[in-house]
Amino acid sequence: MTAPTRTLRVAKPGFRARLDPARRITQAAAALVIAIVALILAFIAWRGIQLFIDAGVAVPEILSPTWQPDPDSGPTTFGLLPFIVGTLEIFVGAALIAAPLSVGLGLFMAEVAPNWARRITQPAMEVFVGIPSVVWGFLGAVLLVPVLRTNFHFTYGYSMLAGQLVVALMILPTITSLSYDAFLTVPRDMRAASMALGTTRWQAIRHVVVPAAASGVMTAIVMGMMRAAGEALAVQMVIGNRASIAFNPMSPIQTLTSAITMDMGNTTPSQPWNMALWTMGLVLLLMSLSFVLLVRRLSARRPAE
Amino acid sequence: MITSSAKRVGALAFAAAMFVAACGGGSSSPSPSAAAATSSSSAAPASAGAAASGVAGPSACVDGSITTSGSTALQPLVDAAGKAYVAACPKSTISVQGGGSGTGLSQVLQGAVQIGASDITADSKLKPDEASQLVDHIVARQGWVMVVNRGVTGVTNLTTQQAVDIWTGKVTNWKDVGGADQPIVLILRPASSGTRATFKKVVLNGANEAAGQALTEDSNGAVTQAVSSTPGATSVIGFAYYQSNKDKVTALALDGVQGSVDNMLSGTYKLQAFGHLYTKGQPDGLTKSFLDYMMSDPIQKVLIPSLGYAGAGQ
Repeated sequence: MTAPTRTLRVAKPGFRARLDPARRITQAAAALVIAIVALILAFIAWRGIQLFIDAGVAVPEILSPTWQPDPDSGPTTFGLLPFIVGTLEIFVGAALIAAPLSVGLGLFMAEVAPNWARRITQPAMEVFVGIPSVVWGFLGAVLLVPVLRTNFHFTYGYSMLAGQLVVALMILPTITSLSYDAFLTVPRDMRAASMALGTTRWQAIRHVVVPAAASGVMTAIVMGMMRAAGEALAVQMVIGNRASIAFNPMSPIQTLTSAITMDMGNTTPSQPWNMALWTMGLVLLLMSLSFVLLVRRLSARRPAE
Repeated sequence: MITSSAKRVGALAFAAAMFVAACGGGSSSPSPSAAAATSSSSAAPASAGAAASGVAGPSACVDGSITTSGSTALQPLVDAAGKAYVAACPKSTISVQGGGSGTGLSQVLQGAVQIGASDITADSKLKPDEASQLVDHIVARQGWVMVVNRGVTGVTNLTTQQAVDIWTGKVTNWKDVGGADQPIVLILRPASSGTRATFKKVVLNGANEAAGQALTEDSNGAVTQAVSSTPGATSVIGFAYYQSNKDKVTALALDGVQGSVDNMLSGTYKLQAFGHLYTKGQPDGLTKSFLDYMMSDPIQKVLIPSLGYAGAGQ
């Protein structure tokens, strides 16, 4: 396509225009955010490698399944594997439970629900998002854990599944709201065009709306998973915090976040134990970063509509 | 998002209200005892605050502002003493924060706070050259008690050997220590906690807990909740927490001695440890005045027993 060429006579901009305060302010804000993120990354990375530099722990040791950080209990081993596995189990499990429910709910709200239903579900979701994690954890410990123990014959009730369910509930509104937004951004014309070709509403949703909103929905799920991976308090209150690798959903497990919050206040920066907690923070950060990058790659590869 | 901002604010306000409701019982957040406020008298008479807390104030006031942080086990005591001091001396501010023993020790070492509270001695958490900069002020003794779920029957006492067997995972059923046939659910505090360190030293004689068969809960409150709701559960909590949860959990005697302030004072109950307040170098000003007040009769003889601690001196 060739645009008709024409010469524009542009006056030399005045000082005010060159200064362009709005643009400068937004640039400064963007730079500030980038600087803060970079500084946090650098700080956590620096504290996270002290375990290897200052305490002299060999890097492969953190992949050991044994966590024995207390020098008073014998030789120390700073194996982070139980926590890494536990964190993966929580956030993958929570996403598997929450994603179908919440994407479905988002679809319902965007495509199916009559106005009055939307007027109820939407504020309900907003309130849902605002419920703090300590409340979820408390409800989980007081209601869910005893039910799992008495009705489902879990040994303790405090278990991987309890953590996954609590976190699934926590991320449900996040994924719902974001996927709802993603469905809303699909232009009305596309639905109309599809219907005009004689499709049913379900066919329009399935073949037009969902594919068009797919990358937005993917982002919604990833945002939910990120919240799940970083959640500490609610998880800690229901998983039993046992630092051993377990794959049975009925077993107690421990995550990186719960290990950090439990020991951070009771250790001092001069203890290798404390340094290992910073290493856990670094590992968690790297896990979420690599996951974000992975998903971005996956959704970028999706053929354009 | 096509919601009005008012809706969002409403949701946030609701969330905040829920949060406040949920945290109403907790006490680990910073709690500034009082702020110097409206009083115009500069040299407040020492007895002025007596009515406020039922505990006599210090003999002399020093103006200023200090912050303490550290052990959550000692926090109720330091907080109450700080309130009593400030009630008598309105020109002083004493801010009492929790955070854990390690936080208290590292913050007092950095100079971030004037007093760091710890359940255990500084040399077990800091390097020798760091610990040597701190001065230890032993202000109280705190006790702990073994508790079991109320459904555990037939067991009211454990000998030290039985406790070792349970905590090291050798005994896993209550029937082996005189109770009914019910599996024992062992609930530990985190390995870094002062409670667990004290129990390990005093009762287990250094033996390692069977952490691979146990659950771990973060705080006295979480432990109490877990023990009260889990059949067969046992753990260790501080006196003060037991006193306020007597209807939810059952206390066990240790070697036939009931956990109580009297038995702690007489020395027959061994599950106890000193509570330490650390300063960096010798204290001065308000810090010194407050520490002197902590050792005075109104605190040692009135406040401390009323909160379930025992006086430091003997």
